[in-house]
Amino acid sequence: MVDPINFIAQWLRNLMAGWRLSAGLITVILDVIGVLVLSVFVLLVAIFLVWVERKVVARFQDRLGPNRVGPYGLIQPFADILKLLIKEDLTPKGADRLVYNLAPIIALATVLLLWAVIPLSPYVVGSSINVAVLYIVAIGSISTLGIIMAGWASNNKYALLGAFRTVAQMVSYEVPMVIVLLIPVLLSRSMGIQDIAKAQTPFWNWYIFLAPVAAAIFLITSIAEIGRAPFDLTEAESEIVAGFHIEYSGMKFGMFYAGELLHALTIGALFSTLFLGGWRGPFVDQVPFLGIFYLFIKSFLIYYVIMWIKYSVPRIRIDHMLNFNWKFLTPISIALLIVTAVLDKVLQTSPHWVYWLGMLMANIFIALVSLSLVRRYGQSKRIAVGSPRPVARPENIYPQNSTSGD
Amino acid sequence: MTVQQILFLLVAAGTLGSAFMVVSVRNLVHAALWLIAALGGIAILFVFLSAGFLAVAQVVIYIGAISILIIFTIMLTRNVAIDPGKQMNSSWVGALIIAVALFVLNVLILSQWSEINKTAPVLPAQYDALRLLGLALVNPNGYVLPFELASVLLLAALIGAILIAWGRR
Amino acid sequence: MVPLSWYMIFAAALFSTGLFGVLARKNAVAILMGVELMLNAVNINLVALWRYRTPEGIAGQVWAVIVIAVAAAEVAVGLALFISVYRRRKTVVADEIDLMKW
Repeated sequence: MVDPINFIAQWLRNLMAGWRLSAGLITVILDVIGVLVLSVFVLLVAIFLVWVERKVVARFQDRLGPNRVGPYGLIQPFADILKLLIKEDLTPKGADRLVYNLAPIIALATVLLLWAVIPLSPYVVGSSINVAVLYIVAIGSISTLGIIMAGWASNNKYALLGAFRTVAQMVSYEVPMVIVLLIPVLLSRSMGIQDIAKAQTPFWNWYIFLAPVAAAIFLITSIAEIGRAPFDLTEAESEIVAGFHIEYSGMKFGMFYAGELLHALTIGALFSTLFLGGWRGPFVDQVPFLGIFYLFIKSFLIYYVIMWIKYSVPRIRIDHMLNFNWKFLTPISIALLIVTAVLDKVLQTSPHWVYWLGMLMANIFIALVSLSLVRRYGQSKRIAVGSPRPVARPENIYPQNSTSGD
Repeated sequence: MTVQQILFLLVAAGTLGSAFMVVSVRNLVHAALWLIAALGGIAILFVFLSAGFLAVAQVVIYIGAISILIIFTIMLTRNVAIDPGKQMNSSWVGALIIAVALFVLNVLILSQWSEINKTAPVLPAQYDALRLLGLALVNPNGYVLPFELASVLLLAALIGAILIAWGRR
Repeated sequence: MVPLSWYMIFAAALFSTGLFGVLARKNAVAILMGVELMLNAVNINLVALWRYRTPEGIAGQVWAVIVIAVAAAEVAVGLALFISVYRRRKTVVADEIDLMKW
């Protein structure tokens, strides 16, 4: 059964062939229409996300949230957008005009570029390339560029400082993310994201059961990549006064803000495709169009988890953040990759439940071992409350006996 | 002129224009941004040449890491007190002559080659360059030795760069 | 439909532009950017020749990947050197780093 989107595409193709256009031109026009439709759809979902964010944060903080502007506050995002549009559009003196205006465009464009490879249904995917996972990493690294441009072009040393810290954080957290992204690639034998979604066939084969530690590390590093709490030191209002987008007002700030929310939803969509089976769900084989609904339900679930983490956990300091990355996440991800690869080869010919159980047990084992190591390290670093502490007394500072050198 | 030729001409013109701006712009951060544009154009050309993995690797490594390193270094080694005066050497005329002469020489030598004007052969139907590349890089009869040597080189560069830029203690 | 000559002429032009950047710029980081342009021109040449001459083999792409890796290593060490030189001499202009000249 052909789903509506491919049906419309085929009808348009026949229509343009009737106008006697060349085949190459038809393909280009259809691609452009597809890009426009997808971008508009995703941006409309971003508007809805503003409402979701404000309502959910209100409920976490035991209050109601916007409920005046329309039923349940649903018109609130439009009021927000109107406010941002009519705000004065400042450009700081001495700012580099071209780079200053280009930075929010790049910040929003890189998020939209990610939607090109997310499979919306078994037959609808923007661009089914066979290096899709590496493409995701590439677009993530372009987004750090937008932040440097924003920080540098503002002609403001706090913005520059915030931009440096943001880029240090993002570039550091790319390393475990890339290593962990290799695990679904390994399990499904392909880097193409449609193949990864197709390989998670029965419900129990979802990669979140085969590699839960990988899923957790991917979630943590993605939250650090998008600069969201608890990794939002770079835009902490109380510390560095909004960091790299301090000099942006009006719609340019709106693009940064909407880009951040949309990036969180995109991470939700990626996580669902890589680990939760993407468009898989009941009756998808008969009615492929249902895949879009399943994908969005799962994405919103992960987006809710991301918001949950944001509004429950305090901010992490920059040196704690980098220590956490280089001393905890990177060794675990490398160990996980090696163990997964070895187990995959060893258990290749065993019955499937042995494979499934072996992977799950290995992940749980690695998680328990690493957490116990961390606990032991933390305990050795923590000083007990009643233990004797160094006190400044004269005999400690000026040694009296002659045997103590100097 | 087919669509492919038009697209190639547009991308190549953009890349060459960006490269020219890299070597002639006064402001160094602008030069770094033009370099990023040029590297992006090269990634698009890799896609035209059916080398998808190389295109994405180019974006990840060059634009995502090397360009950011270059921008950081420019920002950390700026002497803001001194106005960035002339950015060209005293011998830039000689450099221009050498560069143009090299280009003309290249084109002359290439035009002597009989097969220079061939078009691309059609790839077989189930061609998977990615799988071939992965297999070749770990094959003992293939290219595993350069692969391992490159990783040792990267490790040495990593350690060396950290030590050199460590600063006095 | 694009003949091989277009790719190779483009690569030659890019190489010449990078060469001009290396020979004519004063700032050391700008020289490094010229070197990057030259390495990318070489990569385009390698991949174009792979695609047009031996698409069934994979040597061209392997070579291009190794060139990218070596370029990354070189840029890292080079920039570390520039930062170290800047700390001592407070400048990265190539003409002023002349302690070892005769």
